[in-house]
Amino acid sequence: MLEALIIMLVKVGVVFGALLLTVAYMTWIERKVIADIQVRLGPMRVGPHGLLQPIADGIKLMFKEDLIPSQVDRTLFLMAPALSIIPAFIAFAVIPFGDSTTLFGLVSKPVPLYITDINVGVLYVFGITSLGVYGIVLAGWSSNNKYSLLGGLRSSAQMISYELSMSLSVVGILLLVGSLSLVDIVKAQVGLSWWFGVLPVPNWFLFSQPLGFIIYFTCALAETNRAPFDLPEAETELVAGFHSEYSSMKFAMFFMAEYANMITASAVATTLFLGGWLGPIGPSPVWFIGKVFLLLFLFIWFRATLPRFRYDQLMTFGWKRLLPLALLNTIVTAIVAVGR
Amino acid sequence: MELALFAGLALVASISGLLVIMQRHALYSALFLIITMGSLAGLYILLDAHFVWAVQVLVYAGAIMVLFLFVIMLLNLPREETPWAPRDLKRILSAIVLSVALMVELVVVVGRHFTLTPAGAAPEGFGTTQMIGRLLFSEFLFPFEITSIILLVAIVGAMVLAKKHLT
Repeated sequence: MLEALIIMLVKVGVVFGALLLTVAYMTWIERKVIADIQVRLGPMRVGPHGLLQPIADGIKLMFKEDLIPSQVDRTLFLMAPALSIIPAFIAFAVIPFGDSTTLFGLVSKPVPLYITDINVGVLYVFGITSLGVYGIVLAGWSSNNKYSLLGGLRSSAQMISYELSMSLSVVGILLLVGSLSLVDIVKAQVGLSWWFGVLPVPNWFLFSQPLGFIIYFTCALAETNRAPFDLPEAETELVAGFHSEYSSMKFAMFFMAEYANMITASAVATTLFLGGWLGPIGPSPVWFIGKVFLLLFLFIWFRATLPRFRYDQLMTFGWKRLLPLALLNTIVTAIVAVGR
Repeated sequence: MELALFAGLALVASISGLLVIMQRHALYSALFLIITMGSLAGLYILLDAHFVWAVQVLVYAGAIMVLFLFVIMLLNLPREETPWAPRDLKRILSAIVLSVALMVELVVVVGRHFTLTPAGAAPEGFGTTQMIGRLLFSEFLFPFEITSIILLVAIVGAMVLAKKHLT
C-alpha cells in the first residue's frame, strides 16, 4: 500500500517535472530550429549555444512588474491563466510513456509507466483539452480590450470547429482497436505488417490510417493555436490577441500552456499513430520521448514554413475540407473493420 | 470516503446552481453553470459511469458552454444593475405557492416510485463504453435512432433559419 502510494507520487512528480522542463526547453529548441531554418544562430549568449536561455527567460518573467489594468474584470482576469494551464498539464495523466519496468530491481513488482489507465482514456484527453479554451476565452473577455476580445472570440470559434474533425480523425483507430484505453491502443500496434504487400512497416496506425494522422495533426496545430492557425494571437492584426493585457508570470502561464498543449498533442499522436513506447531495442521511454520530439519538431517546422491563414480560409478549411475527409475516413474504416 | 465525495460534489452542484440565477452578469451565470455540470460529472464517476462522465465533460462543459460564452461575449451583454425584481407582494406570494406545490409534487412522486435500497456492487463491466454501446444498439435502438433523426432535423432547421436567400 505504502509502496504503491510512493510509486504513484514519484510517477506524478517525474511526469510533471519532465513536462515543465520540456516546456522550458521547447522555447530554446523552437528559437534554435527557426534560427537554423532562417540561417541565423539564435540565442548564443547565455551558456554554451544559449542552453541557459530558458532559465534566464524564466527569471526575467518572474521579476517583471505584474500589471493589472484598472478596468479589467479582476476575478476572471486572475483566473484565466490558471484555467488555461491546468487542463494542459492534467491531460497527460492517462498517456502511457513506457512499458512496465522494475527500475533495475529497485521495486518488487513491475511498475507500468503511466499515471493511470482508465477505460475512456481517449475521451478523457479530448474532454480535458477541450476545457483549455475557457482560459483563452475568459482572458479575452475579462481584459476589457477589443483586441483581446477578438482574439478570444476567434479562438473559441476555431477550437470548436477543429475539435470535431480532431475527434472524428481518431474514430478509425477506435474502430480497429475496439477500446478507448490508450494502453490497449499501444498494445494493438505491436508487430510488423506489409505495406502494399512489399514494404515491411511497423504495425502502427500511421500506416493503416494515414489520412487520420494528417487530419489529427492539422487539427492539433489549430487546437494549440500554432502557426499557420495562430489567429487568436495574430500580432499583425490583434497586437497579441487574448494575452495583450497580461504581463509577468501570468503571460508566462499562457505561454507555458501553449507549449504544454503542443507536448500533449504530440504525445497523444505518438500513442495513437506512432506506436507509443514501442521500438525494436532499448528502453521504451526513450522511444516514446524520441517520437514526441519528432512531432514537436514538425510543429516548429510548420511555423517556420507556412504563412498564417486568413479567417475565412480557416473556417472553410476546417468545415469544408477536413470534416468531410474525416467522415470519409471513418466510413471507409468502418466498412473495413466490419469486413474483417 | 464515497459519502464525503458525494456530499461535497452535491453541495458544490446545488450552490453553484443557485449562483447561476443570482449573478448580475450573464457571463458569470454561464461560468457557474459550468461548475454545476462539472460537479455532476464528478457524481457520474461515483456511479462508475465513466463514459457518461466523459460525454458530460466533452459535450456539455467542453462544447455547449463554450458556445454559450461565445454568444454572451458576441452580444456584449451589459451588467444588470438591478438583478432582483422590485419587491412586489403578488409576485413573491405566487412564487412561494408555486415552489411549495412543486416541492410537494416532487416529494410525492419520488416517494411513491423510488425506494432507497443499498445498491451493492455494480455488475461486471457496468458503465464501460462497450456496455453502453451494446445497450444503445440492442435494447435502446429505437429511441437512439429517433434521437439522431431529431438532431438531424434540428441541424437542417438551423441551416434553413441561418440561410437568408434560399431558392
